[in-house]
Amino acid sequence: MKTVITTLAAAAALLASGSAFAQGKGLDEPIRGGYKKALTGKTVAFLPGAMAMDLAQGWLKGLKTELEPQGIKVVVRDPNFNTQAGAQAFTQLIADKPDVIVVHNPDVSTYAKLIAQAEKAGILIVQINMASVTQSTAYVGTDWVDMGEVQAEAVVKACQGKSGKVAIVQGSFTAAASAYTVKGIENVFAKHPAIKIVSNQSADWQADKAKAITQTVLKQHPDLCGIIGFWDAMDQGTAAAVKEAGLTGKVFVATSGGGETKATCDMVKSGAYDLNVSYNVPNQGANLASTIKYLLSAGVKPGQLKGQMYTTLVPVTKANAGAEGTCWTLGK
Amino acid sequence: MRSSGRWSQQVIVSALFVLLFIGLALALPGFRQVDNLLTLIQNVSILGILGLGMAVIVIGRGVDLSMIAALCIPPALLLQLVQDGHGIAFALMAALALTVAFGVLNGWLIAYAEVPALFVTLASGLFLAGLGQAFFFQLETVQWPPGPATLDVIASVGRGRLLGVPASVWMLGVTLLLMAAYLRWFTLGAYVYAMGDNPQGARTAGIPTRPMLLLQYVSSALIAAFAGLVLAASLGSLSTRIFNSTLIYDVILVVVLGGIGLSGGRGGVSNVLIGTLLIGTLLNGLTILDVGYSVQNLVKGLVLLAAIVIDTFLNPRNEETAQQGDI
Repeated sequence: MKTVITTLAAAAALLASGSAFAQGKGLDEPIRGGYKKALTGKTVAFLPGAMAMDLAQGWLKGLKTELEPQGIKVVVRDPNFNTQAGAQAFTQLIADKPDVIVVHNPDVSTYAKLIAQAEKAGILIVQINMASVTQSTAYVGTDWVDMGEVQAEAVVKACQGKSGKVAIVQGSFTAAASAYTVKGIENVFAKHPAIKIVSNQSADWQADKAKAITQTVLKQHPDLCGIIGFWDAMDQGTAAAVKEAGLTGKVFVATSGGGETKATCDMVKSGAYDLNVSYNVPNQGANLASTIKYLLSAGVKPGQLKGQMYTTLVPVTKANAGAEGTCWTLGK
Repeated sequence: MRSSGRWSQQVIVSALFVLLFIGLALALPGFRQVDNLLTLIQNVSILGILGLGMAVIVIGRGVDLSMIAALCIPPALLLQLVQDGHGIAFALMAALALTVAFGVLNGWLIAYAEVPALFVTLASGLFLAGLGQAFFFQLETVQWPPGPATLDVIASVGRGRLLGVPASVWMLGVTLLLMAAYLRWFTLGAYVYAMGDNPQGARTAGIPTRPMLLLQYVSSALIAAFAGLVLAASLGSLSTRIFNSTLIYDVILVVVLGGIGLSGGRGGVSNVLIGTLLIGTLLNGLTILDVGYSVQNLVKGLVLLAAIVIDTFLNPRNEETAQQGDI
């Protein structure tokens, strides 16, 4: 008897749903409502080092294209390379209480306390590409140790059978992109005793300083076989010094950047850089947006989770600089 | 004229420079090569050109803190306009017009509205840099466009070598000669000293101080923009981020270090030259020794302090020698 009732009930259910299918009607997606509710009307604040960088433009584009159609408001605070102004904007944002702050740390310590304070105040902190010593809910961006290793391996290869003298042009010693990259370089060079670092200086992310340092180093060590620079916008100066010394092609110049066409592919094609390891900014922007969508829809509370999302590096050399899709172009 | 004594600051700084130079030449074999010495000068040539522009202002008892804005915005505008497909003549005229207009604005506010130069140029520099960063350029780095041949001619101010000497060193030399001639052989140059020594007296004596001030600030803006062009040509790009750097303090450093008092009326191009060479030697030596950028700043500060302290000991100030406006 029981089986008969079950069968009948099943048949009735089938009929009911079958009729819906038969008439071509949709079904209520059980999780969609919650997702929409969790995302609509939320605010994401973006605090880059400066909007005047191709990196920041690319990340913001990623955030806007992916988040705005979902009903999320994206606001920008632009400190224009001024760390002080950045800290002020951050403090103001904590008072404004957006749901998420995407922060690009100028160094590992300036925003450290503010990040902890913001998460305590209930704001999700997602760090982009340059991490602070304070870990927050999410970090999206480059694995800088890996970056150092990739560049160092290339330089080791280029230095084979040569002097083994290498120069390093850092950004600012305290930025994540400098400190952790050096670690990666050290990891690789430790295995190759023939490599000697003859100069390891910081040019403060400025092309004119990078040029001055590189010129002096090249005069002292004309047999230099490789230079590792830490940002392509700065290493235009490094490359200019190498070119002026007539050593293009003789000194291997490795740098890194966001993969924008003019700064990356065009410069590699011209021979200024032998290697530009791109962190593929549009890909980072997409990852950034995905992380935020996931955190909001899952209702994650600040401090509840702590995780990383390392993005993939794209080494750009003459071999792939001309290929479509290697670089991205900044829109107007 | 307290600096006219045997132990003027210029003499002290020259002595410091000679000592440092000999020390480095003995200790570092790589330092005394001719090639390295040219690199040394090349690395401070932009600083030197800016220092010369600043010197003329300071001698006339003024200061121009907006020079870095004038260095980066007009030349970057020139490059941006060419990139956007405008003709080079048009781009050059636009950049030149912007520079002159900016200098006139500074000069007018100082001469006619009688606002102190310190405040005027502090604010106007922020204004021009902000204008550029917000409205003229999308990115902080403006590339030197590869194509047009006429632009390559302009690029020769900062690129390549002539008789084995880098172009930017030539440009420093040319600016040096022009400024020396202006200050020494032209009546206008004598006016500058008179205005710096005693502005009221200069006016009473019939010197057109207001038009002179206008001319002064237009010339410093033009010199700064020229330095920016040399820099952009030498790097292959120009970053407006340089406005946020400490370059303007370095400019004041070479002027003051060389012995041009901020109270005006004293000094000449040789002071700027010696100040620039001392800083260049320091930076070059420290780079060869692989000393980091932060420590370099520390050493620069120490040298300036040392020069000032020695000067104060050897030339003590009293009521007679102190000038109105001494800082």
